[in-house]
Amino acid sequence: MPISAAPVPAPVAKVGDASDALDLVADVLVLGGGPAGTWAAWAAAAAGAKVVLADKGWCGASGATAPSGTGVWHVPPDPVQREEARASRESLGGFLAERLWMDRVLDRTYDNMAQVAAWGYPFPVDEHGQQARRSLQGPEYMRLMRRQVLAAGVRILDHSPALELLKDDYGVAGAAGVERRTGRRWRVQAQAVVIATGGCAFLSKALGCDVLTGDGGLLAAEVGAEFSGMEFSNAYGISPAFASVTKTAFYRYATFYHGDGRVLEGAGSARGRSVIARTLLTEPVYAQLDQAPESLRESLRKSQPNFFLPFDKAGIDPLTQRFPVTMRLEGTVRGTGGIRLVNAECGTGVPGLYAAGDAATRELICGGFTGGGSHNAAWAMSSGYWAGGGAAAHARSLGVNAASRRPIGAGRATLRSAPGSRTLDHAAVVKAVQDEVFPYDRNLFRSTAKLNDSLERLDQLWQAVQDHPEQTARDVVRAREAAAMTATARWMYATARERRETRGMHKHEDFHEQDPAQRRRLVTSGIDRIQVRAESASETSVLAKAAA
Amino acid sequence: MIELVSQDRCVSCGICVRVCPTQVFDNGAKGIPTIARQEDCQTCFMCEAYCPADALYVAPEADRPVQVDEATLVAEGKLGKYRASLGWGTGRRSTAQEDDSFRILALAARAPTAPPQAPAAPTAPGPRP
Ligand SMILES: Cc1cc2nc3c(=O)[nH]c(=O)nc-3n(C[C@H](O)[C@H](O)[C@H](O)COP(=O)(O)OP(=O)(O)OC[C@H]3O[C@@H](n4cnc5c(N)ncnc54)[C@H](O)[C@@H]3O)c2cc1C
Ligand code: SF4
Ligand code: SF4
Repeated sequence: MPISAAPVPAPVAKVGDASDALDLVADVLVLGGGPAGTWAAWAAAAAGAKVVLADKGWCGASGATAPSGTGVWHVPPDPVQREEARASRESLGGFLAERLWMDRVLDRTYDNMAQVAAWGYPFPVDEHGQQARRSLQGPEYMRLMRRQVLAAGVRILDHSPALELLKDDYGVAGAAGVERRTGRRWRVQAQAVVIATGGCAFLSKALGCDVLTGDGGLLAAEVGAEFSGMEFSNAYGISPAFASVTKTAFYRYATFYHGDGRVLEGAGSARGRSVIARTLLTEPVYAQLDQAPESLRESLRKSQPNFFLPFDKAGIDPLTQRFPVTMRLEGTVRGTGGIRLVNAECGTGVPGLYAAGDAATRELICGGFTGGGSHNAAWAMSSGYWAGGGAAAHARSLGVNAASRRPIGAGRATLRSAPGSRTLDHAAVVKAVQDEVFPYDRNLFRSTAKLNDSLERLDQLWQAVQDHPEQTARDVVRAREAAAMTATARWMYATARERRETRGMHKHEDFHEQDPAQRRRLVTSGIDRIQVRAESASETSVLAKAAA
Repeated sequence: MIELVSQDRCVSCGICVRVCPTQVFDNGAKGIPTIARQEDCQTCFMCEAYCPADALYVAPEADRPVQVDEATLVAEGKLGKYRASLGWGTGRRSTAQEDDSFRILALAARAPTAPPQAPAAPTAPGPRP
């Protein structure tokens, strides 16, 4: 008889004390092992640094890219093609991106993809015998990146989420966390830290995204880092209603339908997503990829095996049969908001702290429009590369010995509650945050009244999330995730409230138009009290600053 | 969500316990993993991709557990299908080299399915270095 594995009660790993902690010293500590983190670790090691990389999951399988795969913003250095590439999302992004940053990213990505090829990634070959480097299959790419990072001498700590940064008078000096399986605490003293923990998708079960709860943002905010573009944090991915696979490229070939078979007018995967969302508020929506040209059908399957996986398993042919769809929140993963960068090395302004990938703002290249489909992957490998190099240079320049520093933990929420405080119910907090950020009629279609209303409740949640959780490894990690999600939601809505217009993915029901006077970025800071200020796009031209 | 660890097929290599990003599995008796925290499963299919014995089945339903029957899954050829479609495993070639995305993208660029939108013209010039 076939047996499903019986659900046996999981052993509960208690969090250990300092006595059996894993204590390491490094030049550079990278938090997160997706594309941004692995490129950062590789670049830092290539620059001669001793590097440790800690990932919440397993570096190689964890994060948004590994199970998904990505189209890449890989454009040959031909002036016409480059100009097309730069212009492609400029207006969609509300003209908040910077051409200098686009150029840098296009150049870096072109070179990094050549490196990926040199490492042996099996790129397809076109009719001229040239490798086509426009996309990367997730499992293959990230398996390769893990190998390269290990070969470069990086020590990887898997299943080891960071819980807080360490700091002293020189700035950020490492991080501490817990190994999930054993509950053993770890602590890495380092001269510089790269935050590459990905975005925040609020545990929506979008493909590969449940490890992405905004942890790095909370860590960075606790040492004073700022954010940019947090109002552009409401990306939703289309998936079959029952499944996790939010791969949206092929929905360009979809017709969307009401339950009775009538075509849903105006619905589309690119500009008609609002129509889908609005309809989903009251009735199910169905899709069929019936516009896919016959000649392409085999190509689709070969290009994204994982797109077809849930359909094959469920016995549905998406090309000839209708299936129900939903839209899952991908938050800042395919939104653009994140940690603000102040220089070309992806420094955050806090000494010793760097940010890369989805943890950092992508406004510099996408403005207020999604970086999904091409820009994000290019940004992850480029910003990771720069942040790793910058962190290694910072470590060299410090002149103090990492081992001799005596940093202390900078984490607060859930970690340092007053004695006698209540035990935190993190699952309840997560649910409450989701209730504020999932609904399309709150997060996708915004209004001042709704934002105020949500913020009031989120501020209360922020008070609640100061308490201690149970001291098991799982609870300690889950509690920090709940805190990070609460903080991210507050930054999102507090910033959205200040953008009184519609721009990029930020759609405001009280202000339907793009307002030329508001063509500026919004910078967000603070944890208990949140502040938002405006800065013009040109004012922040990081390269111009670096050159000055 | 993950629904099946085949007791017959599993070779107790421990790979799935290691690679699962959300730590759904624990080591069980005779090294055969148990599904210890099914509610944490993010339906990413990575364990299926890595299992060398085609012993795992992740059901497509992401939000709720479902009943599966191993014999039926085997009969329908559903175990190990993802790994095969990636071209992973002995004697296979990575299917990344058959990735036709570049052809699809080129076609899409030539024939946009969505009507071109009229952008709101910027009133200020783009930032200059
Ligand atoms: C379905 C889907 C399809 C996509 N398709 C495209 C595409 O075609 N083109 C494109 O450009 N972009 C695409 N994207 C976006 C792209 O996947 C991301 O931009 C990219 O993965 C970002 O890389 P990253 O390294 O910053 O983050 P991730 O790849 O998400 O990796 C973050 C890592 O940090 C780890 N982590 C999290 N918290 C902690 C912690 N506290 N301590 C330690 N480690 C931690 C996680 O485990 C994870 O390994 C897609 C996204 C999704 C969800
Ligand atoms: S599908 Fe992903 S999250 Fe679920 S058990 Fe497998 S590897 Fe883990
Ligand atoms: S990866 Fe497959 S064979 Fe290895 S322990 Fe897991 S189920 Fe068993």
